[in-house]
Amino acid sequence: MSVNEAAGTRPRNEAVPGAEPIIVVDSVSKSFGPLQVLHGVSLEIERGTMVAIVGRSGSGKSTLLRCINALEEINGGTIKVCGHMVSMSDRASVKRLRSEVGMVFQSYNLFPHLNVLRNITLALTAVQKKSRADADAIAHKVLGLVGLADKAEAFPEQLSGGQAQRVAIARSLALSPKVLLFDEVTSALDPELTGEVLKVMEDLARDGMTMVLVTHEMAFARRVADIVVFMHQGKVWEAGPPAELFADPKTPELRQFLSSGL
Amino acid sequence: MLSYSFDFSFLLTTWPAFMRGAWQTILLAGTSIAIGFFVALICAIIRSGKNKLASGLVGVYVEVIRNTPLLVQIFIVYFGLPSIGLRMSAETAAVIALVINTGAYGSEIIRAGIESIAKGQLEAAECLGLNKFQVYWHIILIPAVERVYPALSSQFVLLMLSSSITSQISAQELTAEANLIQSETFRSFEVYLIVAAIYLALSVLFRVVLWAIGEVAFVRRRKLRT
Ligand SMILES: Nc1ncnc2c1ncn2[C@@H]1O[C@H](COP(=O)(O)OP(=O)(O)O)[C@@H](O)[C@H]1O
Ligand SMILES: [Mg+2]
Repeated sequence: MSVNEAAGTRPRNEAVPGAEPIIVVDSVSKSFGPLQVLHGVSLEIERGTMVAIVGRSGSGKSTLLRCINALEEINGGTIKVCGHMVSMSDRASVKRLRSEVGMVFQSYNLFPHLNVLRNITLALTAVQKKSRADADAIAHKVLGLVGLADKAEAFPEQLSGGQAQRVAIARSLALSPKVLLFDEVTSALDPELTGEVLKVMEDLARDGMTMVLVTHEMAFARRVADIVVFMHQGKVWEAGPPAELFADPKTPELRQFLSSGL
Repeated sequence: MLSYSFDFSFLLTTWPAFMRGAWQTILLAGTSIAIGFFVALICAIIRSGKNKLASGLVGVYVEVIRNTPLLVQIFIVYFGLPSIGLRMSAETAAVIALVINTGAYGSEIIRAGIESIAKGQLEAAECLGLNKFQVYWHIILIPAVERVYPALSSQFVLLMLSSSITSQISAQELTAEANLIQSETFRSFEVYLIVAAIYLALSVLFRVVLWAIGEVAFVRRRKLRT
């Protein structure tokens, strides 16, 4: 089974031209109290693409991902995922969103009291109402995809950071999301462990998974992402294919960001 | 002159009474622990919940119980409640007082566990699509209780030992039996030494049983031997 089958997404080469983007962020603003963090962010993400969001710390990248995934209420604008409006106050809409979007965090957030297998099967049985046997089979498949078939019985505290993060990816993948959101998933890892996680993400990209990632791994974004979005002061400052964006930054802010070596 | 000749011969006739007392203590403490755990759990849930009024009321209950003597609490239940028409046996009064007492201490322990669950855990579970109840059960309550289970176990052993003061209302339990034997044999020293030894054995028994329950309930504990 390929990652793509597991995730139930459309392979990249089948992307329908002119089809509605899978995520449409339109003029979104977001404040925490008096602090406005997002200032009219607009962004479209096409099916089967990998979009890398880069920018300085505090520029609102995480907030944007969290708004897309209904973890934060937006104050203005609209967000559509898979054609449906995202609204935190509408429980049915949040429920549908959860079935379509998976999210992986910097801090893994594996459940410490459950072994790897149960971390993955929890939502399969509790949310998708699958049988134990079906859930176990899916869990073993996705563990194979992230190269951890032998860790099913391990507990999170027995895993390295890289392994824990791959389990977290597998846990999201098991639910066959249409989009995966990654928020700095390699930032907490020792440098020698980031490679194994990035490789899993690259495999997913190759198999056509739609992915939005916030990252500091510029080389990775440059090589693998279809679109790179540079955020600055709560706005999409520049966006485009990495080759163009990195070679020819239009704004002094991006130029400075790129030359600062981050 | 400090000379005392020990005489344990009375044990031949009173041993069954000691054993009856020990069994009564097991029943009294076991019942109080089982009910007290659920009271503690529910109080901890309310105390850490969003409803300010309910949380405040539980807070008052917890502080009042933790800042008054257990013996006085027992007296209020046994001698006080009949004045408002609630009459009960000494054993029932003992269980009620012990449940109220351990519910307060236990709820603070469980609450600490609930509050130790990181926010990221809840968000991760939410993102997987678990509903509020599922998140609460799988991601908050079970790991919280697992985390504080050792502290909870100690509290329960303490409750078993504290149950000895329910002898003050003549509830049937080990210390009350001992008082009776002492008044018949006048061998105070021997009687209470034996009672101490039996309580020690009961502590070990309770710890072993609570440990075994933990092993069954919490897979990680079993697998990792932590
Ligand atoms: N829950 C919150 N409450 C208040 N301020 C927040 C919260 N989350 C983020 N912020 C603020 O919003 C700004 C953007 O944060 P974030 O989206 O995390 O930036 P980035 O991910 O790009 O580093 C920061 O100034 C941060 O302090
Ligand atoms: Mg961030």
